[in-house]
Amino acid sequence: MYETTYHKPGTLQEAVSLFSEVEEAAYLSGGHTLIPTMKGRLAAPAHLIDVRRIPELSGITVGPDRIIIGAATTHATVAASEKIRSLIPSLCGLAGSIGDVQVRHVGTIGGSVANNDPAADYPSAVLALDATLHTDRRSIPASEYFAGLYTTALEPGEILVRIEFKVPEIAGYAKFRNPASRYALAAAFVARHRDGNIHVAITGAGNAGVFRWMEAEEALQARFEPDAVKGLLPDENDLMGDMHAPADYRAHLVGVVTRRAVENLGGTLIE
Amino acid sequence: MSNVAITVNGTLHTKEVEDRTLLVQFLRDHLGLTGTHVGCDTTQCGACTVIVDGKAVKSCTILAASIEGASVSTVEGLADGEKLHDVQAAFHEHHGLQCGFCTPGMIMASVNMIERHDGVLDEATVRHELEGNLCRCTGYHNIIKAVLSAAEKHRTAHAVAAE
Repeated sequence: MYETTYHKPGTLQEAVSLFSEVEEAAYLSGGHTLIPTMKGRLAAPAHLIDVRRIPELSGITVGPDRIIIGAATTHATVAASEKIRSLIPSLCGLAGSIGDVQVRHVGTIGGSVANNDPAADYPSAVLALDATLHTDRRSIPASEYFAGLYTTALEPGEILVRIEFKVPEIAGYAKFRNPASRYALAAAFVARHRDGNIHVAITGAGNAGVFRWMEAEEALQARFEPDAVKGLLPDENDLMGDMHAPADYRAHLVGVVTRRAVENLGGTLIE
Repeated sequence: MSNVAITVNGTLHTKEVEDRTLLVQFLRDHLGLTGTHVGCDTTQCGACTVIVDGKAVKSCTILAASIEGASVSTVEGLADGEKLHDVQAAFHEHHGLQCGFCTPGMIMASVNMIERHDGVLDEATVRHELEGNLCRCTGYHNIIKAVLSAAEKHRTAHAVAAE
């Protein structure tokens, strides 16, 4: 790892000012993507601005139709939150399926959502649960937030502060993992919202990152049963293909995990 | 450079270190505590697992400066003189190691697992909880046996204490 200067601001204002004052800064949250990337010398920020001490980024607030999670909340905290489990158990299950115990003790929801890894779990929940991403300067609807691989609507220096999820009527999450990396080869977050709208968000498979699978949404809108998506496949030209799984196999997996998510509403199925 | 104060195995250590210093480097290079191993250096293998403020973490992926003020437990802090910690004793008794390289991380992850679950563990839970610890000798069966045995002992000890 190249040299860097570590900062731990105590306020949002301090963090944002610092980012604008120094050259080549990066925000640090759990660091479980950024630090390995720095060790591999694929990133070399001259300044690391740790956002975990900023009070606004902490805490979980639950209302009847909303769950608001501070960006610096760890995966382990979300996984163990009874407040969240009582309203969106699949979100706890998703958080509990990220990485391993040690990673979940440190990695944060905000870090994951800001990084937007195409195989990360949280982006699918953000999209399917019609979340709002609150930053230090504005609120961004999920539909306008994800902008391709490792790319989001966040501007340089903008800090993701909290994520507001809509509580659905019911939701399910199913993931098929790469047995070596444990990242999703394909995963589906399916939610039926209280207004009757059904959202199907797919992660791990898209060649531009997380996406809503509209054909599956239409089919499930007509009939909310697992076999409603039988025979449906996303266009493999829109999917990633690599040594772990060619695009046609990923397309098949997308169909499988979507069906399994609907079979496991109120829960999580990880394989 | 940062002046970093961290309590390790009950002793407060204050060191002037580069900001890029990882916790595992702080432990090994600055404190000479080489029981914590570096296996993959990519957050996957868990050989560097230590317990920070009650949570098992991978010390190769945490900046020492970021846990200023924290309390860290490493494998060196487990035994009481010549008397092994129950988890260490169980690994010995059940032959829960082959080459031994992953063992400090396995043991720290297991100690933390047993504490967090208050000793209430079954085989499936232990396997799931040890997902972040790789044994390249593939000696998992005896590791699982050792953890379950130590968990049982933890439960018994606490049941006796509660009476």
